[in-house]
Amino acid sequence: MHEKTIAQLSAGLAAGEFSSEELTRAFLERVERFNPRLNAFITVTAEAALARARVADQRRQRGEAEPLTGIPIAHKDIFCTDGVRTSCGSRMLDRFVAPYDATVVEKLSAAGAVMLGKTNMDEFAMGSSNETSFYGPVRNPWDLEAVPGGSSGGSAAAVAARLAPGATGTDTGGSIRQPAALCGITGLKPTYGRVSRWGMIAYASSLDQGGPMARSAEDCALLLGAMAGFDPRDSTSADRPVPDYAALLDRPLDGLRIGLPKEYFGEGLDGVVAQVVEEAIAEYRKLGAETIEISLPNSRLAIPAYYVIAPAECSSNLARFDGVRYGHRCENPKDLLDLYTRSRGEGFGAEVTRRILVGTFALSAGYYDAYYLKAQQIRRLISDDFQRAFERVDVIAGPTSPTVAFRLGEKADDPITMYLSDIYTIAVNLAGLPGLSLPVGFAAGLPVGLQLIGDYFAEDRLLNVAHRYQQVADWHLRAPAAFA
Amino acid sequence: MSLGPAEVAKIAHLARLAIRDEDVPAYARNLSAILELVAQMDAADTTGVAPMAHPLNMAQRLRPDAAAEPDRRERFQAIAPQVEAGLYLVPKVIE
Repeated sequence: MHEKTIAQLSAGLAAGEFSSEELTRAFLERVERFNPRLNAFITVTAEAALARARVADQRRQRGEAEPLTGIPIAHKDIFCTDGVRTSCGSRMLDRFVAPYDATVVEKLSAAGAVMLGKTNMDEFAMGSSNETSFYGPVRNPWDLEAVPGGSSGGSAAAVAARLAPGATGTDTGGSIRQPAALCGITGLKPTYGRVSRWGMIAYASSLDQGGPMARSAEDCALLLGAMAGFDPRDSTSADRPVPDYAALLDRPLDGLRIGLPKEYFGEGLDGVVAQVVEEAIAEYRKLGAETIEISLPNSRLAIPAYYVIAPAECSSNLARFDGVRYGHRCENPKDLLDLYTRSRGEGFGAEVTRRILVGTFALSAGYYDAYYLKAQQIRRLISDDFQRAFERVDVIAGPTSPTVAFRLGEKADDPITMYLSDIYTIAVNLAGLPGLSLPVGFAAGLPVGLQLIGDYFAEDRLLNVAHRYQQVADWHLRAPAAFA
Repeated sequence: MSLGPAEVAKIAHLARLAIRDEDVPAYARNLSAILELVAQMDAADTTGVAPMAHPLNMAQRLRPDAAAEPDRRERFQAIAPQVEAGLYLVPKVIE
């Protein structure tokens, strides 16, 4: 059963070929067998999953099933789950049992999805390799010595290794798309505001966005349909209807205008990755699309601006972890200042500490105009570049990541080199646009992702463009040999 | 811009973060490298460019000034490091 996509599993459940309980048991067995090799899960909720699966089976018998009813999924450990540890990959929240469900969790539960457990991630979603997790790195199912990408690396590895047919992720600078690319799965970062951030532990609030990770675009459409929608509890939630993404997948691509930003095919891009991406673009021409070279002239400023805006927002958001109301508290604090500083110093790892320090510095007296204001102005320039491009093209395509998955430890000691692995994804977050990564081939035996960027709220178009490719290519169905 | 150990210690204090003395030089190196990366922004002319705080230029939505969430103090205090009689305990602030 594990080799099936969510759409196929949903059909199997509907046809009575198997029950959700059988399906859930099958995935739990795979988690038990393979997770020790991958470290993709931080917490497995086996008993609760089986109980929910039985409830889903009863719901189906009553004739009230939806497409996701009875489908096992995993949640990134950044989403609060009522009564279940929500660690955010940090020692700070190692013993934090969330007192409520995030909206995304609540909505997927309401659709009948069955949570298998919580997936590993870079600490507080800060990282591109999953190596900053307090619980140790996740391994890439295609090569256990390679990183799965990050920060949603546990979700990506779990889906790629068929430990779950789908999972949630979050993306602040590439954290859904880059691990999706490095693990050979499909992942979508929706438009900012499309998916509620309520109960999703905040990193950089003007950039963070939750989204689906699965094998195919069709599966992402099913998941996004359940996750998206207006939430009065999130003040930045978009109040607009959710299209039936699954029903919009099959539109033909004749006349589709695909923009190819010249800045995404230049220096820094691995030659074999470039070739694989070019082949995918050639396939799109065969499907009736027209390709147009475009320019996003301010692309190179995206990483510098991001490393002001994201740390500034992170230093503010993570100020709440003070050792008083929840989270890690140091032993025997001698006074309140000692309680704050030692609880935080012990609770946060090195990368989180770096970003808090950068953000604190950028926001400190006298530096605001030179850093935060400047970065927000550049953010406008980057957003304007995209809007000019979308006057001429329907979607933008390019590589998701400049390389395939790198070795564990290769970039762990060099933050700047690590930051550059998000060079093609970060601008999308700054502009607040939707972006999708789909697998389009291999380089040196490791998956390569194609990134598709759409205009605001064009998730339906991105899923449609990815789906049509997946009707003629089978990269998204390839399984890593050790986990087939 | 480059930061020395004394500046890192000052920023760490502002952030209420205890950093071990032996780790300060490495943070100083990392932070300087990040600020060097960030300095690439200086090459862009942003004269007259309106800063962008929110991708969709949305106005902040307001809701009626009425309690919307139930009182769940007991549930929230159950996960606190130290509570007593409904209060969060911290070390004495005033001797």
